[in-house]
Amino acid sequence: MILTLVDYGAGNLASVERAFARLGAQTRRARSGEEIGDAEAIVLPGVGHFGALARALKREGMAEALGAAVERGTALLGICLGLQVLFAQSEEAPGEAGLGWLGGEVRALPADVKLPHMGWNQVRRVGPSRLLESIHEDSWFYFAHSYAAFETGEAAVAKCDYGSPFSAVVERGRLTAVQFHPEKSGEAGAKVLRNFLEMAR
Amino acid sequence: MSLARRIIPCLDTDGEWVVKGVQFGNLRRLGDPAELAARYDRGGADEVVVLDIAASRDRRPTFLETIRRVARALSIPLTAGGGIRCLADARAVVEAGADKLTVNTAAVERPELLAELAAEFGSQAVVLAIDARREGSGWRVWTRGGHEATGLDAVAWAAQGAERGAGEILLTSIDRDGTRKGFNLELTAAVSGSVGVPVIASGGAETPEHFAEVFDRGLADAALAASIFHENRVPIAGLKRFLAGRGVTVRMVEEATGC
Repeated sequence: MILTLVDYGAGNLASVERAFARLGAQTRRARSGEEIGDAEAIVLPGVGHFGALARALKREGMAEALGAAVERGTALLGICLGLQVLFAQSEEAPGEAGLGWLGGEVRALPADVKLPHMGWNQVRRVGPSRLLESIHEDSWFYFAHSYAAFETGEAAVAKCDYGSPFSAVVERGRLTAVQFHPEKSGEAGAKVLRNFLEMAR
Repeated sequence: MSLARRIIPCLDTDGEWVVKGVQFGNLRRLGDPAELAARYDRGGADEVVVLDIAASRDRRPTFLETIRRVARALSIPLTAGGGIRCLADARAVVEAGADKLTVNTAAVERPELLAELAAEFGSQAVVLAIDARREGSGWRVWTRGGHEATGLDAVAWAAQGAERGAGEILLTSIDRDGTRKGFNLELTAAVSGSVGVPVIASGGAETPEHFAEVFDRGLADAALAASIFHENRVPIAGLKRFLAGRGVTVRMVEEATGC
């Protein structure tokens, strides 16, 4: 199996590639809908601004190709901003449409805590999770974000508390995403990626 | 469940080797940055910072190769800096594998740089490094490796930097740096209490107690040190056990044990 990494021209894809390479997984980059095409499994990494990612996905038919792949049941893992863009919109870029595949709201974290939410935090399970399978409850994950998804209903399988509880892991069938950076989260993060690979196979 | 206070080893390099920067021109090699980074990754460090303290233009390709090697050795975040003057410099550093970048002198000379970097990479990737020295009842910002006075008030500059787009402040006390007397708690608390972004304290660490007090009384979100980690005088795993015992929230990792 070859993983397809969505490359929209921003952010550090190399760290995601390195993390999968350490697990022996092959990756390729896709810069257009055509290249996403018949991907076996898809990773949507993201750093930066919601608006920039939302606009980039509308170019080169990427959003349509991703939508078709998810319809077919292709496994997808969104990371950080790649989680937020699965929702219809974000307070970070009002008026820019996200993919809108999951119901919920992306808003700024509360202003009474230091932002960005930067560093290592723990998550609490609120539903059965394939990504977190056999990962210790006390594990730490690396977060770096100021916006987060709230009111995500049954898709939320783990939450993190920072200022207020937000969705740290969402899953709906083979559509999955994490707000933290598994590629930067040491051994615990590597296990999340390994679980994704197993699910995708 | 709460955000962990971070322990960050800093690799000061001449572009290629980790050095102990007693004084410029009097540098002692302490080791290979990628080897040290791998050791810290296994040993429980929360992030690694790699700096080019010489920051000479013609040695830039060497430092970028060092960033690449260090990034390959890590499964935790990497911050790189030293000599980043413009967007193009920053892009090269990010492309080499850094998750965050630090700017210092260039941001003082042209504060708009912070907004430009945040627009391109996001605030979470922009670390404003501030070298501060006591003056009267406050602290002033010094640039060019602590050699040039700017007259800027350190607390006000930190607040302005965060306003302009820095997502984190790396705060070094020049008065404490190299003294082994502990972090500057008063300076760290003053900055941490007046900015809405995380603050990394730096300069003067020698004992585990110094770390406990900079988190407790200094209100630091993270603490950075160099040679005490490189020389293994304070092993990170032991430091974290000590801090956990003192009620500080830290990320504990199972250390890989050799046979």
